[in-house]
Amino acid sequence: MSAPSIEKGINFIREQIDAEVASFFSSCVHCGICAEACLFYAQTGEPKYTPINKVEPMRRIWEQEFTLWGKLKGSLGMANKVTEKDFAEWETLVYDGCSLCGRCSLVCPVGNDISGMIRKIREGFAAAGYAPEGLVGATTRAIEIGSPMGVRLPAVQAQIGHLEKNTGLTAPLDQQGAEYMVLLSSMEIMNFPEYLEAVARIMHQAGKSWTISSKAFEATNSGIQIGVSDLARELVQRVVDAAEDLGVKTVISPECGHAFTAIRFEGPNLVGRPFKFKVQHILEVLDDLRSQGLLKTEGTEDARLTFHDPCQLVRKGGVVEEPRNLLNMVASNFVEMTDHGAMNWCCSAGGGVSANERADELKFTAFKQKKSQLDELQVDTLVTACANCRIMLEEGLEENEMDIPVVGLTEMLAEHLVEDRPKGDA
Amino acid sequence: MTDDLTLGERLRQQGVSRRGFLKFCAATASMMALPPSMIPAIAASLEKAKRPSVIWLSFQECTGCTESLTRSHAPTVESLIFEHISLDYHHTLQAAAGDAAEHAREEAMQEHYGKYLLVVDGSIPTGENGNYSTIAGITNLAMLQEVAAGAAAIISVGTCAAYGGLPHADPNPTGAKSVEDLISGKPIINVPGCPPIPTVITGVLAHYLTFGTLPELDGLRRPKAFYGQNIHDRCYRRPFYERGEFAETFDDEGAKKGWCLYKLGCKGPTTYNACATAKWNEGTSWPVESGHGCIGCSEPNFWDAGGFYQALSEPTGDAGGTLLGAAAAGVAAGVAAGVLNRRSKADAAEAHEKITVEDLTRD
Amino acid sequence: MSSEALLAWARGPGFDWALAIFVLGMLLRLFEVLSLGRKPDLAEGRGSGVQGGIKTVFTRFWPRLTVFRREPLRIINGYVFHIGFLAVLFLYAPHIELFEEVLGVSWPALSTGVIDALSVITIASLILALAMRLTSPVLRLISNSGDYLVWLLTLLPVLTGFLAFHHMLLPYTTMLAIHILSVELLMVIAPFTKLTHMFSFVLSRWYQGYRAGHRGVES
Repeated sequence: MSAPSIEKGINFIREQIDAEVASFFSSCVHCGICAEACLFYAQTGEPKYTPINKVEPMRRIWEQEFTLWGKLKGSLGMANKVTEKDFAEWETLVYDGCSLCGRCSLVCPVGNDISGMIRKIREGFAAAGYAPEGLVGATTRAIEIGSPMGVRLPAVQAQIGHLEKNTGLTAPLDQQGAEYMVLLSSMEIMNFPEYLEAVARIMHQAGKSWTISSKAFEATNSGIQIGVSDLARELVQRVVDAAEDLGVKTVISPECGHAFTAIRFEGPNLVGRPFKFKVQHILEVLDDLRSQGLLKTEGTEDARLTFHDPCQLVRKGGVVEEPRNLLNMVASNFVEMTDHGAMNWCCSAGGGVSANERADELKFTAFKQKKSQLDELQVDTLVTACANCRIMLEEGLEENEMDIPVVGLTEMLAEHLVEDRPKGDA
Repeated sequence: MTDDLTLGERLRQQGVSRRGFLKFCAATASMMALPPSMIPAIAASLEKAKRPSVIWLSFQECTGCTESLTRSHAPTVESLIFEHISLDYHHTLQAAAGDAAEHAREEAMQEHYGKYLLVVDGSIPTGENGNYSTIAGITNLAMLQEVAAGAAAIISVGTCAAYGGLPHADPNPTGAKSVEDLISGKPIINVPGCPPIPTVITGVLAHYLTFGTLPELDGLRRPKAFYGQNIHDRCYRRPFYERGEFAETFDDEGAKKGWCLYKLGCKGPTTYNACATAKWNEGTSWPVESGHGCIGCSEPNFWDAGGFYQALSEPTGDAGGTLLGAAAAGVAAGVAAGVLNRRSKADAAEAHEKITVEDLTRD
Repeated sequence: MSSEALLAWARGPGFDWALAIFVLGMLLRLFEVLSLGRKPDLAEGRGSGVQGGIKTVFTRFWPRLTVFRREPLRIINGYVFHIGFLAVLFLYAPHIELFEEVLGVSWPALSTGVIDALSVITIASLILALAMRLTSPVLRLISNSGDYLVWLLTLLPVLTGFLAFHHMLLPYTTMLAIHILSVELLMVIAPFTKLTHMFSFVLSRWYQGYRAGHRGVES
């Protein structure tokens, strides 16, 4: 334990600079195209939200520490050292004005992973004590209580109780040797209980064994969002320990964006070794079941609907086709947004923005990008596969007085599920 | 020795008609870019011109300049002009030899002191106290200084006299210098070329005989009338350059079609001379027309300006060697910088203080 | 210094020094990047990193429609001056002679008339790029003195080359010397500016593409 300080922050940033980051800064030609991909810039028109600008302090540290030219400038007293003022000024650019959506990384002509760099620079800001209060609170709760929203096991058990009453099925806790271990995001537990029900029904119909760990049910990794690997590691380790203790084959990441990339891709790198289990997003699991013929549906939604691609799932997770395969099973009037799939626009609440109350106004301004997409399309229903996106979409639509219901994809599939397996069968 | 006939009387004596004489004056005027209205003045002056004494000093030279100037198969007005000057001292052309020759020079200097023309060809060696080249026991350097002192003007004929020429080329073992390097305080006109075009020298002489002054000179002391434009601008092969049609070898299709010789090292673009217009051998041809690139022989240091067959756009040093040397040095420097970088990263990792939730809030 | 002496220096020691500093500088920058290394990705892969890396080096040459719609002129102009500059540099016969001398290889040239037209287009495009950099709020914020210096260093060779070829402004020998010197200035300063991107863009595209390819995600 050590107090936050600017020196500590700069050191953390130094640690994060690797060959990739160095190549990115070497290649950036200040073309400004990254700004055109960013919803925060697009909707505010403020140049400071230009993605590459968000990591300027890191660039200066790179130049001063890792280039001969920069070191020379430093010895001549010409270096522009990063100071407390920079941390204060850049905090809102690094946190409030970025959802780590990753569109900038995809459009950069020289191939810079700018959102990756923003994730890295957060390590330094958090270490310096310049992370937003809301995120600090969420992370603290996640570490100390087990969930960023403070959800404890009894809440989960209550959910399971409802599930049993409504469906006659159960969600087994701590089942040794189950095939799947299901994680839940706090958002789902609190706001979208339909998800757990849907999973239970689909898994039963498919004849798959599954369980929830009482010690590690939380999917959301606040450590990733605030950008503190030390804490993110601790959170991931809980899931890893539980999954490996229970000997499950696959851990299912729920309808959440960052939770998925956190466990699937950052997880093994945080704990320093590959997992002894696979990780799949629920949509990947469902698509597998579909292709195995274990997921049968009947009837269709005839409303004109579209799919909002959660950034971390689609762009950063590579799960693009699965939601479309599944949606096409139950939708007869599915239309795509102009920018869809890997280039879809962020809901504006990812990457810790939703946990950061200070960013509320900015968030709703940025949401107008999503609004413009929906205005163009004129749909009756909006489907998505991330609880965080879902809350934001609902709030944003309400704020803009748009009457479009938002539905989770798993939930929608369950509504059309052909259930012909007796409840008694395990 | 000199006689007192004017140029006009001498020419008539030789059977040159008035018409022929005027044609020469017109040609000279046009060569020197003087207006036609000057022709009568030129004719009048030349008619009355007395034979000036000319002392011709040949130093470190190959005699090519003299060969060029005296090349004539039939008597021409140029050669007559040439003969008209009282050439009181010239190694190749004079009849006298040895002491008699030197005596002739001293006599001419004395009789026409301050009025004779000094023409120099060849460079002047200055190494080893100038002993690389002596005439009658006198070093070129000493002879130049002595004769220049009483000259009305000095004409440096050929690139050797004008700029040092071949002997001056790297490493310049004899310490060769040009006339203008050694003499100051006298009007000097450079007529460079290796060798210069015959009509250029006679044009300069005609100007001097006519006006008693040297023609307008450029920054390198060359008469602008003959050296004012570069070869490239007057080259008949210029359209091929513009179109990018270049001969790659001396006998390929492009060469046979008379394409531009840029790639074969032509220095036309940076060379100022009258070859492309006046040509050689009374207008017969010139190097480019014969299929060989201009070697830039009227420019200073043309011997050291890269190879004759190296295009102007090519570097003259050892580019390949520099590349490899710099690459080796770059790798070495890179490895060193890399070591420093890795150390810096290791320091950062070592200084990592694990974060707990309490560490997230600053006071 | 006389113009022919200046030209002789530019073609001789000037070029040697410029080439040496350019090569040394760029290699140094390359090692400065590579030496920092990167940790291997321990997450289970879904695809090939190598394939992703190679593919991305090439796919990033094409713009994404979503941003092209928003800034078509800026994007098109970027292509124009890059292609123009590179064509004039690499496909003009006298320049190819230079490369043959340095590298030992040569290739066919474009017709000089086409190069002439391209150089005019490139100059115009560079001027437009500067105008955009000075008027766009985003570009004004993220641009620094290096951007403006590089602009000048890039413009001068094209402009002076054009002037030299056409025997404009100054006598040819002087103009050619200035052209060659402007190129040498560019070479000497390049390794310490964003011009490192001329080589590092391969690395940056590769790195992102590799990681994405391993993870089976879009790049």
